Amino acid sequence: MENEKKYWLDEPRNVDRIFWSLVGLCVLLAAFDLVYPQHGHFFWENWVGFYGVYGFLSCIGLVLLAKLLRMVLKRDENYYER
Amino acid sequence: MSAEFSPGLILIMGAALVPLFRGPWRKAYMLLLPALSLAYLVALPHGEYGQASVFDYLLTTVRVDELSFVFGLVFHLAVFLSVLYALHEPDAVQHVAGLVYAGSAIGAVFAGDLITLFIFWELTAVSSVFLIWARRTERAYRAGLRYLMIQVTSGLFLLAGIILRVREAGDVAFDFLGLNDLATSLIFVAFGIKCAFPLLHNWLQDAYPEATVTGTVFLSAFTTKLAVYALARGFPGTEMLVWIGATMTAFPIFYAVIENDLRRVLAYSLNNQLGFMVVGIGVGTEMALNGTVAHAFTHIIYKALLFMSMGAVLYRTGTINGSELGGLYKSMPYTTVFCIVGAASISAFPLFSGFISKSLIMTAAADESYVLTWWVLLFASAGVFHYSGIKIPFFAFFAHDSGIRCKEAPANMLLAMGAAAFLCVALGIYPEPLYRLLPFSVDYAPYTRTHVVTQLQLLLFSALAFAVLKRTGIYPPELRAMNLDSDWFYRRLPIIVWSPCGRRGRSRTAATRRRLWSWQRPAAASRPTRTVTRMGARASTSPAPTRGRRTPSSISGRSVRAPDPAAPTASSTRPPTPRGTRPRRPC
Repeated sequence: MENEKKYWLDEPRNVDRIFWSLVGLCVLLAAFDLVYPQHGHFFWENWVGFYGVYGFLSCIGLVLLAKLLRMVLKRDENYYER
Repeated sequence: MSAEFSPGLILIMGAALVPLFRGPWRKAYMLLLPALSLAYLVALPHGEYGQASVFDYLLTTVRVDELSFVFGLVFHLAVFLSVLYALHEPDAVQHVAGLVYAGSAIGAVFAGDLITLFIFWELTAVSSVFLIWARRTERAYRAGLRYLMIQVTSGLFLLAGIILRVREAGDVAFDFLGLNDLATSLIFVAFGIKCAFPLLHNWLQDAYPEATVTGTVFLSAFTTKLAVYALARGFPGTEMLVWIGATMTAFPIFYAVIENDLRRVLAYSLNNQLGFMVVGIGVGTEMALNGTVAHAFTHIIYKALLFMSMGAVLYRTGTINGSELGGLYKSMPYTTVFCIVGAASISAFPLFSGFISKSLIMTAAADESYVLTWWVLLFASAGVFHYSGIKIPFFAFFAHDSGIRCKEAPANMLLAMGAAAFLCVALGIYPEPLYRLLPFSVDYAPYTRTHVVTQLQLLLFSALAFAVLKRTGIYPPELRAMNLDSDWFYRRLPIIVWSPCGRRGRSRTAATRRRLWSWQRPAAASRPTRTVTRMGARASTSPAPTRGRRTPSSISGRSVRAPDPAAPTASSTRPPTPRGTRPRRPC
């Protein structure tokens, strides 16, 4: 493994680059709503960055709730075999 | 042209001959079967065939119309891809079971009456369980038994509903049923069990991950989509399905986030995607039903692709736990790319297949002012990208480097994944051929500026949330653990309730069982008389030392204990137990 080929993603700096590129893309997409207002079925769909904010908060909420759920539901992997 | 049999019978009958072939002949024959069946289907004009009168009831064994044709078509695609993926497999049991199972599902889709539906419905259950048992582990055996019991229960509900309906309406035709009386309610529950409705769902997450590498690909395509077809045929526009479907989209994603077995994560996401289809059936408008059929079509392909990629990982590494994987993109670059295509498709990224099908259902729900449902579906759309679009490829192929170095998947697996990935992209870029196949005419353009931008916003901000949670260490780590689900009610609760002495009694019973096992060990077996006399009373406190030599196992890498030829075997030294002298169970 020591002489193994070094991959682009092995460099932590490149992972940071991907993260900040993602942040930049998100900002651009939110800004797009300012230039071209959306026309959805419901009035809230026309708010600037509505889908982005909803997606972001949904996923944060999803993970935090799932963590709470794990505290209640987690068992040993051989729980039913015991 | 006169056709008197279902296209599915070509696969079912053809499967019987598979064990007779060997090597490349078997491979060619297995690929030929779905091609033959598909050619036969395409040549069949829409209409009703194979009619027979049984006990004054008219059975229509083959009905080809817009709805059954599109499901039949995608089932053929699925069986072709699954067979291609399984070509390297020498186990004929899996091939026969897979083909019979697929043929039964196709037979059920083309059934024009409830009795024919019931026969194929049960045949899917009986044939598919062998795809689980073929893994030949204790876990798979038990999971298969539970799966079979639940599937057969679904069949019993269906049979009871059919009998009542025949008595009340005197009609066995399988058309619109509606939720009107006890008979149709029983049929609805039968469909609901196979469709994995909430609280009836856990057979799916329990059994599918325990099946063989290739068996799970077969399983992912047919049973649940057959149920979706049956609901779309019998219960379109049933309001209750909107709420059931919305619940199905939302609750499995919480489990998927904390699940370690990546094939089980996919099973939860399968449940989530079924929810979208069920909502479409519940909304019941032309656009919603088109959305359901289109989503079933695209879903079968991308879900098969995802199960194929995870199957390839399991096949090469021997594990599918997220906690043990990572960095596999170095060893399996093609599988990585195919998995990412599947992940992008299930997440409904523009230019991938999910984008052109899921939006039909979302738009139909919005058109009919299902506001709360729309919010839930949007939440589920963000969530599915989070755990299926990112988690699956991330933990298997990226994340930390697990140090696992293995070969790329076999050529036939890569071919199958490549073909499925091609279809995902092709349908995403050019959806018109699929739209033309749908039961109603489509007046919908998926690639509008609003749709593309809003969908990209939803997905990329979801990806940002994942990245932020990972970088801040808030994201729950993959752990070697399992999570309780609704199967607890039939796997654990009865033991707790029916145990004669409750928890204390159970633990003492277990302790007694351990002592009995220690009595069977060779060292203990050398003192049979003494052990027998202590069976019903106090047993020895320390486990007897075991004899044996360790040999490396070439398969698992773990060492296994081989019997010492010098040591007496348990059976040879086991004392005869007198009849009627079973040890009393201590309470």
